[in-house]
Amino acid sequence: MASVTYRNVYKRFGEITVITDLNLEVADKEFVVFVGPSGCGKSTSLRMLAGLEEITEGEILIGDRVVNDVPPKDRDIAMVFQSYALYPHMTVYDNMAFGLKLRKTPKDEIDRRVREAAESLGLVPFLDRKPKALSGGQRQRVAVGRAIVREPAVFLMDEPLSNLDAKLRVTARAEISQLHQRLETTFIYVTHDQVEAMTMGDRIAVLHDGVLQQVDSPRNLYNLPANVFVAGFIGSPSMNFFDSTLVAEDGTYYVDTGDFRIKVPDDLKSRFADNVGKEVIFGIRPEDIHAPDLAPPNITAAPFSATVEVIELLGHESHLFMTTGKNSVVAIVDNRFIVSVGNQVDLVMNVANMHLFDKQTNLAIR
Amino acid sequence: MAHVDASEKQEMGVGARFIAFISSVFLAVIIPLIAFAVIYAGFIFLRDSNAPKWVITLVAIVWGVGGIAVLYWVFNGLVERLPPAWTARLQPFVFVGPALAILVWYLALPTARTFWLSLHDRNADAFVGLANYSAIFTERVMREAFRNNLMWIIFGSTFSVLFGLLVATLADRSRWERVSKTFIFLPMAISFVGAGVIWNFIYEVRPVTVPQIGLLNAIVVALGGTPKPWYAWTDIIPWNNLFLIVIVVWLQAGFSMVLFSAALKGIPSELMEAGRVDGASEIQIYFRIMLPYIRGTIITVWTTIVIFTLKIFDVVWVMTGGQFGTEVIATQFFRQSFVARNSGFGSAIAIILLLAVIPVMIYNLRQFREQEAF
Repeated sequence: MASVTYRNVYKRFGEITVITDLNLEVADKEFVVFVGPSGCGKSTSLRMLAGLEEITEGEILIGDRVVNDVPPKDRDIAMVFQSYALYPHMTVYDNMAFGLKLRKTPKDEIDRRVREAAESLGLVPFLDRKPKALSGGQRQRVAVGRAIVREPAVFLMDEPLSNLDAKLRVTARAEISQLHQRLETTFIYVTHDQVEAMTMGDRIAVLHDGVLQQVDSPRNLYNLPANVFVAGFIGSPSMNFFDSTLVAEDGTYYVDTGDFRIKVPDDLKSRFADNVGKEVIFGIRPEDIHAPDLAPPNITAAPFSATVEVIELLGHESHLFMTTGKNSVVAIVDNRFIVSVGNQVDLVMNVANMHLFDKQTNLAIR
Repeated sequence: MAHVDASEKQEMGVGARFIAFISSVFLAVIIPLIAFAVIYAGFIFLRDSNAPKWVITLVAIVWGVGGIAVLYWVFNGLVERLPPAWTARLQPFVFVGPALAILVWYLALPTARTFWLSLHDRNADAFVGLANYSAIFTERVMREAFRNNLMWIIFGSTFSVLFGLLVATLADRSRWERVSKTFIFLPMAISFVGAGVIWNFIYEVRPVTVPQIGLLNAIVVALGGTPKPWYAWTDIIPWNNLFLIVIVVWLQAGFSMVLFSAALKGIPSELMEAGRVDGASEIQIYFRIMLPYIRGTIITVWTTIVIFTLKIFDVVWVMTGGQFGTEVIATQFFRQSFVARNSGFGSAIAIILLLAVIPVMIYNLRQFREQEAF
């Protein structure tokens, strides 16, 4: 049980800086997810914490101890690897017991812990098998089991579900969340999958190009993205962005995209007052665009029209890929809304959920 | 027979079908005959021609490569004319058949003949039963050869494997990997006879009164010792064999190093990282994760060198000719067959050598199969 702290951490490979000034505090027993596109530095951040990668500059603390020069085995961590990294010549039992044997744990204690973990992961029938004879899901559970038996202060998971098929991934996701609740240990989990991040994390750290973009709860990340990158990364399909100008007319604010004008709700005016007359990026999520007749009640509707280019019918909803003059727009609409490709459709957006970003800094205007 | 569509068949009259049948038989017989005639003509030309050398060379290449292609093509064509069931059954043999035939001719038949010879006397006249075999296991020189071969197997293979593994491991972590590996690998390119000459210089011994030109004795003398005749040092029999075994280790360590090096590089790095996180020291990772991971390669290399040392001949023949208690099975075989002209006894030794190799060979092949090498 321990907190984890990144303090001004940099990682450079020669000339290339892959992590820039990472500052992050992970509380004890917290489940934090590092998420970002590939190459964003999320795995490197985790590997530095594990001691598998040197820290170029700054400090990493586990609990109150600076671990920069502590070898991995003395960091009191356990890690689940993307490839699982099971020892192929050992049985499932020995794979799980290996770390304990190295630590000279008494034999009956090892046996108790391994059997307990195997029990909870449903691995008892496979204890005598070699990893080769296991399915992907079973291997993944062995990798988790190997981490559990160590009873570490911090669990590190590096994309542990990315080698599973979609269906198994959903189950495994829930299992890991349950595991976290049961073990009450600090979890740090790396993924490129925003669904995993949103469903599992207490807090999510979004990284991009080695820079931490935002750390927040899943709800805040979705509702109050700090910048254009986070707004575009979280949510699927991505948020729609329009290069716009914020104009004021007769005490009312409008967002002018060049194709259409959206009236800014009066209660949001105070937020944007400083940016009147400036270039801004207007953002609206596909799920905040509705068919006029099928829109939920109590939304602040602003009408606009667009031409349908592609329709993806998913059953419970349809995704419309459209253009409005020079911009393209995606909308998630009710499946009862019948349109065909090429149609000019009138839609409404719920501008209560609109986002505005500074054109220069890409930061959210709050 | 040519396959004709059912619809076409109905349109054809009896006469037309008969002609089609005759022509397909004609094709099936005539084309192979022409092919054989052409190939035979090529053979006669190569045998009797007085044409310039380069013409003969060119014809030989075209005749050899083209002839094989034509043979395959003709046989394949013949088989494909058969009903589909028979085509499937016979087609593999068209392609494997020639190779199998050559194997039988060059391997199986000589083996059988050697066995037959081993049951006969020195001139292959009188049948002597197992007398040659009982002689093998009772003669003093043969027992010496068996003992020495055992030493070769044990020390030769073990040292080659250990040394190769050591170099592969150390080089893997060194900046000088390429240079060091090249130097270790270099002896592989030297023939056994060449190696024998080189090591003869290293072991060279001169009378105490003159300067030593042998490297080893020069060192011994410089350190205040007396020069030793090394492999001819009969006081330490059988350990003088080690001076010969070293040569093969020197030659084979490169081979084992290359294979081990490749195997070590093939270990996924996440496996070592998992070990590190699990609490293993680098030495524990080496012995408990890396070595077990490349176990298959170790066994393969080890058995390959065991087979090799079982058959060892050249080094011993060049260095000592089997004197000073360094006789091995293969040198005995050579001496009996080609010096003493005792074909029965020599053949019996060859058969014993073959029998000794087979179990190792089977184990080796099984290991290959486990690694899915084939």
